[in-house]
Amino acid sequence: MTLPQIFFAYFAVSITGLSLLVVTRKNPVHGVLWMLVLFVHIAMLYLFLNAEFLAAIQIIIYAGAILVLFLFVVMLLNLRAEERERRFQWSWPVGLVAAGGYAVSLIFILVKITVFPQPGHYTIEKMQSEGNLMIIGRVLYTKYLLPFEITSLILLVAIIGAVVLTKKRHE
Amino acid sequence: MVPLSWYIILSAVVFSIGVLGFLMRRNLIMVFLSIELMLNSINISLAAFSHYLQSITGQIMVFLVITVAAAEAAIGLAILMAYYKNNPTIKADEINLLKG
Repeated sequence: MTLPQIFFAYFAVSITGLSLLVVTRKNPVHGVLWMLVLFVHIAMLYLFLNAEFLAAIQIIIYAGAILVLFLFVVMLLNLRAEERERRFQWSWPVGLVAAGGYAVSLIFILVKITVFPQPGHYTIEKMQSEGNLMIIGRVLYTKYLLPFEITSLILLVAIIGAVVLTKKRHE
Repeated sequence: MVPLSWYIILSAVVFSIGVLGFLMRRNLIMVFLSIELMLNSINISLAAFSHYLQSITGQIMVFLVITVAAAEAAIGLAILMAYYKNNPTIKADEINLLKG
């Protein structure tokens, strides 16, 4: 195995193990904190794939915003009583079989897949000479301007929806 | 050089673990966390395709997926809070108002 493959093997094993930890912890706070470690590992995997901007927003948005939101909700709901009960539904063997079968069938399909179209022109040398953030910004504001604007609309809907859903009703 | 299929298989395994958590957990917060896990696994495969196809489109897609994930978490947790105010439980198997 070469050095990049050893690095990838470390990240693959730790990401898989950490995601198993996330879905099996009893205390939601522990689950969220393991998720934080998992997000840092995924950000390092992005660095490995020459996507510096994605690594930065993975840390800032996921670890900094979304996980803090989860921790706030765990704090507000005050789940002391629920922590002492069982953590899985009664139907958990069905979920285990379904997810296991899904994983096996996906892997069987994916090891055989050989689709490889023409490579594009954003080579690593070009990325390094111009800068990852500069290229992303230029493409985002020209070729993908409409999806970018729709994204801002989605965020507006999320802001208004969250406020409307949680405010008190005045009869 | 790491083969592309390694990244895709890692993404598939993490996605399946997310499906597992989604189907098994009782606590609705953990169910939302499993959804975030699935979105992250998709992001890994998109970034890997972007690198191996030398195209920037995959990274733009990851950017959009992260935005949608943030919106989804905000709305989902707001629904959770609104439900908890009416019925103080967030166990997935005890929420059965629409069961009939």
